[in-house]
Amino acid sequence: MNLTVSSSPHIRGKDTTSRLMLDVVIALLPALIAGMIFQGLRAALVAVVCVLSALAGEWLLGLILRRHNTLPDGSALVTGLLLALTLPASVPYHVAAIGGLFAMVMVKGLCGGLGQNTFNPALGARAFLMLLFPACLTRFPALGAALPLGGLSPADVVTGATPLHHMQMPALPEASLAEMFLGRIGGCIGETSALALLIGGGYLLFRRVISVRIPAAYLGTVAVLTLAFPKGDSPVLWMAYSLLGGGVLLGAIFMATDYATSPVGPMAQVAYGVGCGALTVVFRYTGLFPEGVTYAILIMNAAAWLLDRYLVPTRYGAGKEAAR
Amino acid sequence: MKSLLFGGVHPDGRKELSAAVPLTAMALPAQAAVPLRQHIGAPCKPLVAVGDAVRMGQKIGGGEGLCVPIHAPVSGVVEAIEDRPHPGGGLCPAIIIKNDFLDTPAPCLKPYSHPELLSPEELVSIIHDAGIVGMGGAAFPTDVKAKTGMGRTDTLILNACECEPYITADDALLRSRPGDVLRGLALLARILTPCRTVIGLEDNKPEAAAALREALKDHPGVELKTLPTRYPQGAEKQLIQAATGRQVPPGGLPKDVGCAVFNTATAYAAYRAVYEGIPLIERIVTVTGEGVKQPRNLTVRVGTSFLEVIAAAGGLGNDVWKVLSGGPMMGVAQEDLSVPVTKSANAIVCLSSAQNGESAHPVCIRCGKCLEVCPMRLEPLYLYRYSNAGDADALNRLHLMDCIECGCCAYACPGKLPLVEGFRAGKQALKEGAK
Repeated sequence: MNLTVSSSPHIRGKDTTSRLMLDVVIALLPALIAGMIFQGLRAALVAVVCVLSALAGEWLLGLILRRHNTLPDGSALVTGLLLALTLPASVPYHVAAIGGLFAMVMVKGLCGGLGQNTFNPALGARAFLMLLFPACLTRFPALGAALPLGGLSPADVVTGATPLHHMQMPALPEASLAEMFLGRIGGCIGETSALALLIGGGYLLFRRVISVRIPAAYLGTVAVLTLAFPKGDSPVLWMAYSLLGGGVLLGAIFMATDYATSPVGPMAQVAYGVGCGALTVVFRYTGLFPEGVTYAILIMNAAAWLLDRYLVPTRYGAGKEAAR
Repeated sequence: MKSLLFGGVHPDGRKELSAAVPLTAMALPAQAAVPLRQHIGAPCKPLVAVGDAVRMGQKIGGGEGLCVPIHAPVSGVVEAIEDRPHPGGGLCPAIIIKNDFLDTPAPCLKPYSHPELLSPEELVSIIHDAGIVGMGGAAFPTDVKAKTGMGRTDTLILNACECEPYITADDALLRSRPGDVLRGLALLARILTPCRTVIGLEDNKPEAAAALREALKDHPGVELKTLPTRYPQGAEKQLIQAATGRQVPPGGLPKDVGCAVFNTATAYAAYRAVYEGIPLIERIVTVTGEGVKQPRNLTVRVGTSFLEVIAAAGGLGNDVWKVLSGGPMMGVAQEDLSVPVTKSANAIVCLSSAQNGESAHPVCIRCGKCLEVCPMRLEPLYLYRYSNAGDADALNRLHLMDCIECGCCAYACPGKLPLVEGFRAGKQALKEGAK
């Protein structure tokens, strides 16, 4: 008889990495579907290209580094989907493919791999694409404009102003709050429908994949700052448009909560969320681009370890509640 | 007072495997191997020699300092004193007794006719001489715990949580002998003179709760506290937190917050020592798991080999992955089933390969679930990383030594990291570095 001898605990919980990743994919589906409804089938094809290129990047790197096959853990699939949601539906396919490869190989794989990379792979790739193909990433198709499924150049796209373009003026967008909430506005594939993003976020909270700390701190900070420093007459309206416009919800729910690149301590997570929110507002108010979510989160990614280092939870027996 | 609890997990209890089968006494073993090390502290020195005749309950080992005696679990002849595999790992000298199956008691074994007249000091001394240790697994000498708690204890807690999955030994004891457990608890209360005596029981043992409630009619003032089931509620520090809201300071002992915690089987052992005159030579062992044919609770003499105990539970099934001394969260996997049952061995859990949740490629995805479940509120993922890196400064800063190795983090880890294994290596490195 061959008895296995290894360390306790001898039983394990049901959670697995691939199950968590599957939950994230499920949570992303509403946003993806909303993107297809409002921006057409091309949005889905962009997502397919991003996912395939991310999977290819992960697989190739594994081959070169002679690692075991890490595709089944699902993280490449998640990164590909996340990247797609941050791109306009009009983005050329080769740009999307470059983004998927860059995310998996440079931002994730070569910076430590699963759980070890410093920067969010999808946002890192987006920042990279902003540098190389700024026109493709900052021009958004006008709402309802027909997008050919085949190749197209940025010049072919009938572009329209997104709500954030208006807000940079600064002026309140033309879209009503209801349209903003549902997603009948211009923008990246995954960022337009607040409703879809909130459904996905609710699912992640329900499944306990993420805690509410980072999204709540992020969105709360954006809300407070935009309320305190409104542009225009109505602080409440300005705050509402600020939360619903652009990528704040996508960033707060899906990007800032990325396990590898955010802190794990509860207090550190709150501080991280506050930092993301504050930087987002600062970049929106002062930056060249109307949106600041990508760079806000990337900068806070770099600070994640520092927050964990100094905001350590109070251990058992050392807190005030312990004193008797 | 509101008790602020944190951490913990809710594994599938699997207690139904063994709980429904009535408690039975196992046949005496042909040979008993009594390890000289069965408690925390200095191991015993043998008091008998090879060839000596010994009687059941006779003291056969003892020593000075933090040491409690060991007794012959059966009558017979000392066959050998030699190194034997120990369920805690490695080899340990053991006194091997060939059973004559007469079970002749030692002449000194007699019940105390008037236990109520014994002074606290006399009770401590009886508990010491009976070789009683913490029977929940830690095996700390009970007399020492009782003595250091004298005059400092306002809350006496009976640990009836049995929070480890699969194990039902305390449950079986409480259902069959609730009155005797409470009498043992009353003896401990006589020593410690607490203001409050609490029984901490988890809500997954309704029958034990009913039996206790009935028996408590004779013990007014003893409080039965039914706690929501949560592992590791039965860990000493966590039970103090659940029962009183207090937290033992880091590096401190329960007495520092006025508490003393004793295991159910330990209280029963104190009862037997005083009321029956029998030292700790027998205990209830849960033999269970998907890998054993007839899971059950057995009354087993110390020194009986795991093989025999497993045979008394129908033997191993066809698919056995691991055999554990203790529960699946903190137990020790056994390689050699000739190891003997010790005073603190509450269970032999035989797991089948269906319970194997280990991964060929463990990886930390930094999900932070380990932090959420840590009952000591440490940061397991960082402790694991620095344990592997051998970074003593970081391990001290993050308080690796506070880790109670309950296994919640590794249980919850979706990446299936061997966290506890890493912590043990880290602790070892810290201890060696401190020398």
